[in-house]
Amino acid sequence: MTMWAELTTTGTATRIEGPLLYLARNVDVGLNEAVEIEGADGAARLGRIAALDESTIIVEVLEATAGLGLADTRVRFRGEALRFPVGPGLLGRVFDGVGRPIDGGPPIPATRFPRIDGEPLNPAMRALPSDFIETGVSTIDLMNSLVRGQKLPVFSAGGLPHDRLAAEIAVQARLRGDRTGGFAIVFVGIGVSHDVAESYRQAMQESGALAHTAMFLNLASEPSTQRLLTPRYALTAAEHLAFVEGRHVLVIMTDLTNYCEALREVSASHGEIPSRKGYPGYMYSDLATIYERAGLVHGRAGSVTQLPILTMPADDIGHPIPDITGYITEGQIVLDRELDHRGVYPPVNVLPSLSRLMSAGTGKGFTDPDHPALAHQLFAAYARAVRVRVLASVVGRDGLTATDRRFLDFADTFETSLVSQPGARSLEESMAVGWRILADLPTSELARLSDTQIERHIAPLTEATRHG
Amino acid sequence: MSVSIDRPENAATDAAANPAAKADAAPQKRALAHIRWIGGSVLHAETRDRFMIGEAIAVGAAGLLGEVIRLDGRRFVAQVYEDTTGLRPGDTILGTGLPLSIPLRPGLLGGIYDGLLRPLSSPESGGVAPPDRLPFVPLAATGDAVRPGMALGRVEAGDIAEERLVPPNLAGTLEWIAPAGDYGLEEPLARIRAADGRLVEVAMIERWPVRRPRPVARRLAADQPMITGQRILDTLFPIARGSRAAIPGGFGTGKTVLQQTLAKWCDADVIVYVGCGERGNEMAEVLHEFPGLVDPRNDRPLIERTVIIANTSNMPVAAREASIYTAVTVGEYLRDQGLNVALMADSTSRWAEALREVSGRLGELPGEAGYPAYLSSRLAEFYERSARVETLSGKEGSLTLIGAVSPPAGDFSEPVTSHTKRYVRCFWGLDRERAQARFYPAIHPLQSYSEDARGLARWWATSGHPDWQRQRERLLSLLEEESKLERMARIVGKEALPPRQQLLLISAELVGHAFLYQSAYSEVDRFCSPARQSEMLKLIDRFITLADGALDRGATPDEIAALPVFRRLQRMSEDIGEDRLEAFADLRRDLETAMAALGRTAHAATGETR
Repeated sequence: MTMWAELTTTGTATRIEGPLLYLARNVDVGLNEAVEIEGADGAARLGRIAALDESTIIVEVLEATAGLGLADTRVRFRGEALRFPVGPGLLGRVFDGVGRPIDGGPPIPATRFPRIDGEPLNPAMRALPSDFIETGVSTIDLMNSLVRGQKLPVFSAGGLPHDRLAAEIAVQARLRGDRTGGFAIVFVGIGVSHDVAESYRQAMQESGALAHTAMFLNLASEPSTQRLLTPRYALTAAEHLAFVEGRHVLVIMTDLTNYCEALREVSASHGEIPSRKGYPGYMYSDLATIYERAGLVHGRAGSVTQLPILTMPADDIGHPIPDITGYITEGQIVLDRELDHRGVYPPVNVLPSLSRLMSAGTGKGFTDPDHPALAHQLFAAYARAVRVRVLASVVGRDGLTATDRRFLDFADTFETSLVSQPGARSLEESMAVGWRILADLPTSELARLSDTQIERHIAPLTEATRHG
Repeated sequence: MSVSIDRPENAATDAAANPAAKADAAPQKRALAHIRWIGGSVLHAETRDRFMIGEAIAVGAAGLLGEVIRLDGRRFVAQVYEDTTGLRPGDTILGTGLPLSIPLRPGLLGGIYDGLLRPLSSPESGGVAPPDRLPFVPLAATGDAVRPGMALGRVEAGDIAEERLVPPNLAGTLEWIAPAGDYGLEEPLARIRAADGRLVEVAMIERWPVRRPRPVARRLAADQPMITGQRILDTLFPIARGSRAAIPGGFGTGKTVLQQTLAKWCDADVIVYVGCGERGNEMAEVLHEFPGLVDPRNDRPLIERTVIIANTSNMPVAAREASIYTAVTVGEYLRDQGLNVALMADSTSRWAEALREVSGRLGELPGEAGYPAYLSSRLAEFYERSARVETLSGKEGSLTLIGAVSPPAGDFSEPVTSHTKRYVRCFWGLDRERAQARFYPAIHPLQSYSEDARGLARWWATSGHPDWQRQRERLLSLLEEESKLERMARIVGKEALPPRQQLLLISAELVGHAFLYQSAYSEVDRFCSPARQSEMLKLIDRFITLADGALDRGATPDEIAALPVFRRLQRMSEDIGEDRLEAFADLRRDLETAMAALGRTAHAATGETR
């Protein structure tokens, strides 16, 4: 296959349409192979072979096609799929969306040349995600725990403080116990604006986290086709850090909505039959090739954990982007505009939030043995409290039963004391808040707690109130 | 369009008519074609030879597996089941003369395979490599007349003995059978002179076309329950052996946990678990967890009764389409061994999307939501392969299908859910609001149904619960009533409801907490035996009756809810495990005493009958 590698043709371009470049087929190349396209301006653009027949090669140009002509366009065929040269010294560096250093530093001394698409990991080779990562955020640690090797997206919306939350998590995240060594962060900006990218860089630098971070930035001003590559380059780096260098890597990607928009744009230019809302039918499979790169591998030391951030168009969780993401990822953290308006930070709505792997990283052997029961009870109580709040908005507080009135108060306490937090909390601190607010409810309503748990955690608190 | 498929004397079609058999004719020249166009997983090819629809092909130098999906003169269209990177026009394609088939064999249990039944586990992944030799003990003798489904011999694979059966569609005389010993998977075990004079070799491996149902002697009535150990299913929406169920639910409503819980605790002999376009970590979870879990019925690790087919979401999409058929074919093969098989497909929506994707690449006219117009008939074909049967060898076996559906935005009116609904007998609809309150399993009792329930009442009656049908209906109507009252309370306030209706809400809450709620992660409650379900159902039924009586005597709903015994009822699923069913009798006695003491009027309980 590589026999014809490094072929170059000039003047074979017959048509350019959106990101698609049509070439007369006078070389023997294969599907999906990488090409470099050079116009009269001398700039090299990356592309890949999207379809082939006997007389034509269709190339998907992954960067801007502006400036390309037909006669003077040179195309260099690499004879293989796109690869990212990786090696020591990735951390502390800043790259553009296709893995080229933009921090003025030297190139990476490459030791490996992995394909940016990754290999579809044989599910039998996966090890089970199992260790708790403390983020310092109560609604995550206590109620929707993040586990090493998990992919847990943040569903946000325009104007909500997801960037601040992501930066805080990047700075605060730690493994419990003494397994703190070998932690790394890969930060991926997909179509982000300059100021967002800059504020992340600053936050990382000030906290000293930049030293163990690799940043990949595809800015809003850069071509949208390139956005399709950025997460793939970044994840290739993350996999190298995790599975070759043995680190626990947290990949923070923002904003996946920009990625999906780029996907729609490219699909439309191919003339494909659109599925829901104009997004291509294969968006599920395509997103899966990104999200599924989180995980652990048998016999390797490190792990890749993903925290992708996406903004829900029109705050709609049923929109194809969050919907498809939710079907692939292992839970979601949902930010809520109403909480944000009320000044609750971080504005996490715990009810639609979920961590599927919570049971694999919490409880006996990982955190506190009573942690899962506490979380379940808080969920059950808050869900009921929210239902009561709806009821009260119609019939008024006086129309409620005595018990329901206590639940109504619980809804407020829950949001102001547990969800809202002034700074990072350890899991123990979060749990203490949880027990304290549950003590305000009638003990008979705490059906998810055992008698022993009530005896141990709730009784001392209610007695203190009675005596004090 | 059909130049090459209409010829009965065509060697390829002939082999297809009897795909299990390897004819002794001289090895045929393999049909040859060349790629003319390629994009994604679809290619166009040109040939002078004969190909047929559905024929498996080997593409390119690497021999990637593909399938012919459209014929047009000398050109045909095929889909490729593997990564097509590097393929180019001019690459060769070889025909196999056979429809897309999978190698069925003894010893599949305990393994993990891809969508085309190729083993995925290996020693380096901490698993075991599939066997290359298996021990065979003949059960038939040279000269015997054999017919389809007859046992030729026994094969000990792991701890489970399976029989090598005469393939369906093959009858004749046994000309030779191998003596007891270890044999490679492709080595001949027997030679059978078929009725038409051909000599057919039978090996451990039997290739069967995945899209063709395996024949049975006859179908049997579905009147045996498949016990799942989940109260809301077994009691409210039970499923019969050989029946079919759908679990639709938006993301995060617990489809996968429910499927895995069923795979762990349902009382089938064998589980075929197909992860179709789902998460890789979930497959890892099954592989990691099942060896450590013990089957309560025979104390063996659960993994030994499980076959896992994995086409995770990042594996090639075309193979996703095949994986569902592969799984159901494996299920039928195990059913033919006289086993009760349950197949969990997670998720059928990904399969439908794979159909849509391939259909889109073929340029077919899209139907509803972009799905091809044949979506409905494909779903029907799949679900129709479930059955309780008498196998060709006269044994009883069953194949129960349970398919998860992932409707976009949790909307049950979308095409996959609505078409599935037409072909299943049990509909277990998952509800987002319940899931958000972590009320699991989040099956909505008012949106779900089971057409099997009526037929299974007799089984419960003969298993010591004659009142099952009536008590089940009482629970359902209570829940129905509750939803009406909740709506009313939203207008007038709960305080304004009359005491009887407030009591009804309390009873419904008890049904929810004590009976419907069941944590898949609780050591005590993750499995609930029919006996324990019976006890709990009877206790709740009794509570409703007694509380009604207490109200008549002047007790208030609040007094009833405040009884210590009420909290004990709420906690009974966690507090009373399978090993101490006698504790239900104590609880019942305390319930009777506490209720009798309620009410201002002093006269004795009203002699209510249950």
